[in-house]
Amino acid sequence: MKVRARDAKEAWREEFESSPARDDGIETSTISGIPLEPLYTSADLPRRAEEYPGQFPYTRGIHPSGYRGRLWTMRQFSGFATAEETNRRYKYLLANGQTGLSVAFDMPTLMGQDSDAPTSRGEVGHCGVAIDSLADMETLFEGIPLADITTSMTINSPAAILLCMYIAVAEEQGVPASKLGGTLQNDILKEFIAQKEFIFPPAPSMRLVVDSIEYCAKEVPKWNTISISGYHIREAGSTAAQELAFTLADGMAYVDACLERGMHIDDFASRLSFFFDAHIDFFEEIAKFRAARRIWARWMRERYGAQQERSWKLRFHTQTAGVSLTAQQPELNIARTAVEALAAVLGGTQSLHTNAMDEVLALPTDKAARLALRTQQLLAYETGVASTIDPLGGSYFVEALTDEMERQAEAYFKRIEEIGGVIPAIEVGFFQKEIADAAFRYQQELEQKRRIVVGVNEFTNADEESIEILRIDPRLESEQAERISEVRRKRDQAKCSNALDRLRRAAAGTDNLMPYILDAVRAYATEGEIMHTMVEVFGTYTETAVV
Amino acid sequence: MPTAVRPVRIVVAKVGLDGHDRGVKVVARALRDAGYEVIYTGLRQTPEMVVDAALQEDAQVIGLSIHSGAHMTLFPAVVEELKRRKATDIIVFGGGIIPDDDITALKKRGVEEIFTPGTPLQEIVDWLRKRFPESATK
Repeated sequence: MKVRARDAKEAWREEFESSPARDDGIETSTISGIPLEPLYTSADLPRRAEEYPGQFPYTRGIHPSGYRGRLWTMRQFSGFATAEETNRRYKYLLANGQTGLSVAFDMPTLMGQDSDAPTSRGEVGHCGVAIDSLADMETLFEGIPLADITTSMTINSPAAILLCMYIAVAEEQGVPASKLGGTLQNDILKEFIAQKEFIFPPAPSMRLVVDSIEYCAKEVPKWNTISISGYHIREAGSTAAQELAFTLADGMAYVDACLERGMHIDDFASRLSFFFDAHIDFFEEIAKFRAARRIWARWMRERYGAQQERSWKLRFHTQTAGVSLTAQQPELNIARTAVEALAAVLGGTQSLHTNAMDEVLALPTDKAARLALRTQQLLAYETGVASTIDPLGGSYFVEALTDEMERQAEAYFKRIEEIGGVIPAIEVGFFQKEIADAAFRYQQELEQKRRIVVGVNEFTNADEESIEILRIDPRLESEQAERISEVRRKRDQAKCSNALDRLRRAAAGTDNLMPYILDAVRAYATEGEIMHTMVEVFGTYTETAVV
Repeated sequence: MPTAVRPVRIVVAKVGLDGHDRGVKVVARALRDAGYEVIYTGLRQTPEMVVDAALQEDAQVIGLSIHSGAHMTLFPAVVEELKRRKATDIIVFGGGIIPDDDITALKKRGVEEIFTPGTPLQEIVDWLRKRFPESATK
């Protein structure tokens, strides 16, 4: 039998090699550059015991029931203009069957400054919603019961402040912090590596992250304290393996920091969550998701000695790749997003954001946002892909690629360790250089047409039709500035100043800062005032740009 | 001996608050590879900082990148700052997520060219070559 199988394979190989190959010059490696065989066979299957979902090392999924138990959460990232307008969009999305909220903040909010700061000029409400104080947060969630919904907040340097605002709004709704569910992105390391929305230097930034993890472990136990993100690393131009490796390395750096604080691994590990990109190279992405679970489980159990099974399970959110979308023939983005979303589902994601077709031009219109959500509903309810757990498990190709992802990630862990860890590697620009090199290589491949992007470097339309896009009213900036003035006028100024003074003193010491920030938030201190108070103590960080 | 022709110097800057520096870095590298002298300022530059850098570096060109949607405020602010500093011989081009209607408006306000996502790098190089035909590259 064996001899005959080998004969058959050799015969195929001979025929394959004597068949004419396409001569279009297009790469056959993955978009990340992993060389691919034309065919995978049982010889490529790793020799290991059969794996099952819900069982270590969770390659096939963390739940024994897959999506039969529960579908992924359809969580569309959304926010623009004022809290009032975004509140209307949230109610619209919830009415259309969305199952969780995800807040997009504008650039000034992300950078910890108020809407009336000079450097906020032109930025207010553009990339997300403008939140300056508890008053805006109250408006944002007006009429949305926080006990019944989970909310994800994409915020990093000022994450502790926005979480405190959320806790304070919930208090006003009569919902105790212990009942709140949701996720805080709170991943400062990938900011230094890729997205660059850092404010404080690495050490105080890490302190704030650990403060929030420690605080939530006691006070907000159902909250995912951090969403360790590969998305931004990938969008900045990394390969799939770099996204996987750098993200998991960041995760381990947070674990190390919490252990250093004296926390026990099993007290916080299960609240760590992850966030990955779903790019356009279909199988590579599925392999990446499967490898992520396996690597994390192994490190948590074997290296960190976590005892509880829930500490071993890597849970993740996925967003389809914004960077894969094109301004040219934007309707094509619906097709791209559907393929990427399918990869995320076949990779076993816990929640998913599908990009709207117009996000390459502006924030999505109502119609584009609805189409993006409908794409997920179509995958969940029409295609049948949710009926079988890890349907690609056992595929010669996908299993081999999963192993390759794992191998490349482990090689990166070694290099990072040799540099001295994640923060030293940030400081010498290691990640930044790796990502910039990968981005440049990909751009060159596009220019040489070794990779094709439909509508961009091939199959272009001479006449591009323009589509309707969402415009932010420029008057919003002065209106938002007026709202801040009103908050400052109406609040108890002494109470606010005292809270900020206490925060300043605590920042200079070693206390957990969360209770101090919460007090300042309750006293209607603005985000900018709270950040400024901490900057006085912590200072700011400037990176040395690596081109 | 022929007079030395000065190579074109370009200050490339990220204005605004967003940190999306993938595009700016790829463009900076491509311009450098094409023989231009490129100075990349890094992130979060105010219009004043950009013009300072251009004057200090004796640059003929400023290239701006933005992805936050604040281009209608910040690009013209750079042009205005150049006027204020009497340095209108320095030309400004830009790139980022910029809708078509805004491109027309920005050109009216003194931004010479806008390159949007999907632009081949060669197109930017060709534009510079046409704009500075007499200048040598390194």
